[in-house]
Order: sequence, then structure tokens, then C-alpha cells
Amino acid sequence: MPKQEEIKYTKTHEWIFVEGANATIGISEHAQGEMGDVVFVELPKIDQKIEKEKPCAVVESVKSAFDIYAAASGDVTAINDKLNGDPALINTSPLEDGWMYKIKLGNQDELKDLMDFAAYQEFVKQSV
Amino acid sequence: MSTAQTLKKTALNKTLKKHKGKLVDFHGWELPIQFEGILKEHAAVRNSVGIFDVSHMGQIFFNGPDAFKLIQKSTTNDFRLATIGRGVYSHITNEEAGIVDDIIGFCLALNRYIVIVNATTIEKDYEWLKKKALKMNVEVVDRSSEFSMIALQGPKAIDIMEKFAPEANNLLRFGIIEKKILDKDCFISRTGYTGEDGFEITAPHEIITDIWQQFMELGSPYDITPCGLGARDTLRLEAGYLLYGQDADDDNTTIAANCAWAVCFEKGEFTGRDILLKQKQEGIKRKLKGIILEERGVPRPGCKVFKDGKEIGKLTSATYSPTLKKGIGVGYLNMPKLKSGEEIEIELHSKLVKAKISKLPFYRGSAYKI
Repeated sequence: MPKQEEIKYTKTHEWIFVEGANATIGISEHAQGEMGDVVFVELPKIDQKIEKEKPCAVVESVKSAFDIYAAASGDVTAINDKLNGDPALINTSPLEDGWMYKIKLGNQDELKDLMDFAAYQEFVKQSV
Repeated sequence: MSTAQTLKKTALNKTLKKHKGKLVDFHGWELPIQFEGILKEHAAVRNSVGIFDVSHMGQIFFNGPDAFKLIQKSTTNDFRLATIGRGVYSHITNEEAGIVDDIIGFCLALNRYIVIVNATTIEKDYEWLKKKALKMNVEVVDRSSEFSMIALQGPKAIDIMEKFAPEANNLLRFGIIEKKILDKDCFISRTGYTGEDGFEITAPHEIITDIWQQFMELGSPYDITPCGLGARDTLRLEAGYLLYGQDADDDNTTIAANCAWAVCFEKGEFTGRDILLKQKQEGIKRKLKGIILEERGVPRPGCKVFKDGKEIGKLTSATYSPTLKKGIGVGYLNMPKLKSGEEIEIELHSKLVKAKISKLPFYRGSAYKI
């Protein structure tokens, strides 16, 4: 399980946890709260090439549909199948059981402009 | 949000905030989209009881010898059914038989009616009804700004009402009583917008917070749950109720809106009758139909509907049904004779998803068992 200080955030409210050449991606606690009850998740496919800041997944709540943007470019190596049966894991455990997919990173340099937790918190506060 | 300052607040605004409602701009009113979550609130109403602030709704009164004539001639349904203490769901119609509003009119006494109208149409309805009343001996009074309204909805609502106002427990569906609460004139009707049994309480602003508090206390054994507009929408769509402005408007008729049951031709002349009769006899080109998704996904208002590769209309309301755990929706389709069970497709995120025509309502709750 990643620790909060090991996670980086995007301006579109995804989190990314990097371990060497690989990374796990999900959406932030703040984002799940804004979306409300998640009822359906469309994940990328294994081996799919995703490109940073391009939509690669969809989270549907009762209220609305939300595009999830790639936090970094790379090849999808795993997806969280549990979300198909229990999409509410995104609400109840966005940083752990509600992770969405894993990638093999395409370009480590892309990670530089991501926010740490403190910067993200500040970003959220200012965007409200 | 900086716009919040200009929004109209209901008398329950502080109460909604105390319950941590997520307040949004709903047609100029500051109202909660949800409290703890739409699914929890939806389940509370289906299984036990929920409480809603619906103070944005309007109240227009008809007083005078022609009160019956006005409501009978300006709307589609038959108000002979609204004997004293009873209400009828009906549509106010324009000259082209378009729906000016969908309403519930109650007969309070001889020559005295209260009409519950939608928030967004209060002024329009009032002006229209005043015009209709010009040559009649009846006074049309918009008292919307005097009243707040609470909806207590769910199979356990009656257990709360038994302690709050035992006389209201004898009401039939669509029944209404006038009652002094805290020395003020109030109305309690056995109505709602959820498909469940329940009550709507119309009361002056100064006592509405007290009433809310009493319901919260009397409802605590049943885990009474404050509910927002999100759950109100999923509940009403499952129950097959129209949302005015989305599923019904000035350009669509009661027949097109799949509400032929709310039209009484036998009662004689009323606004739009000839057009409605022609539509009934000759059929119509477009009709509101229910759809249910066969695959995963959540349809939304505006989604295109296809039959055999051809676009046949758009959804006007659509969402995830928490009870059926499937996507549901309604929309005007230009194949009015499609039968329930027939296969269609819905466009979601540029992909076609399998769906079927569904009968309405999608779900029959405790309201049907009274």
C-alpha cells in the first residue's frame, strides 16, 4: 500500500504511485467525493498504450460520467478487475482497493511536473 | 461558489447545511444534490423513510364559485374525481395541447382548490391560469412565497405520521387534510414523487424547521435519512414520473408524454381537447418511451436512441437505477408503436450499447399498495 507522501497527483485529480519502471494509478480522495457514488468503471485494456493527459478510462457515478486522464504515458500491464464487480471501491478506498490500472512507464521525465500531496491539497483548496 | 449569494434559499437552508447537504444551484434555488450519497438516500426511501426539502414547489389557490370549472377546463384530467379532501394528477394545457405544467390539484372545500405546481413554472402557470379565469367567477392566488414544503417518503413514513398527525394516516393516496400545526394552517397530503408511500407537508416558513426536527426525532427508529435532488431524480425516474422541463414541456402533449391515462375526454370541453382527441384516434409521430440497458453503462439525458441503425430519438431523462442496478431512461421516440422488450441501441460515449424498450414505471414501490 502506498503512503501518502509516496504518491504524486495530477491537476485532473488522478494519483500515481511509482515503483521503479512501473506505476499504479487511481483517482484522489477529493475526486471520489466530488463524483459521488460510483456505479460503473470503464478501464483501459491490458497492453493498451496510453498517453499522458489523454482520456484512458471512464468513471460513472449516479450523477455524471467523468473521463480519467492518463497520469503518465506507458503500456497498461494490469487492471483492477474488482472494480467491475464492486465499483464503489473507488469511493470507499480510492488509494488502495480502488486503484484502477498499472503501467510500465514510457517516460520518467513526465513525472517531474506532478504534484506531491501538499501541493495537491493546496491546488484543491484553490480550485474550490 | 460566488454565485451562491444570489441563489434563493429555502427556510430549511440552515438545516440542510447542518446535515452537510452538498448544495447546488437548482434553477435559482440553493438545494442539496445529496447528503451522504445518492445510493444510500435512494435505498432509505425504498426500504424505510427519507425526508426532502421541496420548498421550491409552488402553491396556487383557486377560490370562488367557478374554481371547479377553472381546474376542469384548463387541465386534462377529470376533477369530478377530486371530491373534497382528494387530489388528482393532471396537465395544464395550452391551445396546441402542449403541457404548460404537470400538477396535482386538490379540492380543499367546495369552491376551493390548491394546485401544487413545479418550481420553474410558478409565474408561467399563474399568468396562464389568470388568463383562463378572466371570464370566470374565481380568484387565482399564487401563495408560493408563503409556504415551505417537506416530503416524507418511504414505506415507514406512515409510522412517523401516526405519531405526528394520526388523522393523516386515514388518508387515501392523493388525499389531503388541512391541519393546524403549531397554531398555523398547514396541509398534509398522501402524495410524493418517489413511487413510495409517503406524505407532503405544506406549511408556513416559520414552523417548517420545527416540523423537520419533529420528523427527524420521530423517524430516528427508522433511520430517517435526509435526501437530496439526486435521489429524488433516481426515485422519480424509476417510478416513471415525468420531470417537467425535461420529459414534458409546452411543445409536447399529454398523449405524446405517454400520459393518456391523465386525459379525460368524457368530461367535455377543455383546452387542447380537440388536438388530444385527434392524436388518440389517429396516432402520433413521437411518443415518450422507457428504455432499459442490457449492457453495463449509464445512459444520460441527450443520449441518442437507435433502432436497426437509424436514430429514432434522444433520451430526455436517464440515469443508473439503484433498484434495478441497470441504466434506465425515457425519451421521445419517433417509433411510437415500439413494444416493451423490443431491441434498440443507445449511444454512450460514441459507442452503441444494447438496450430494450421497457414498460413504465420501471419499478412499483409501496405507493401502489395503498
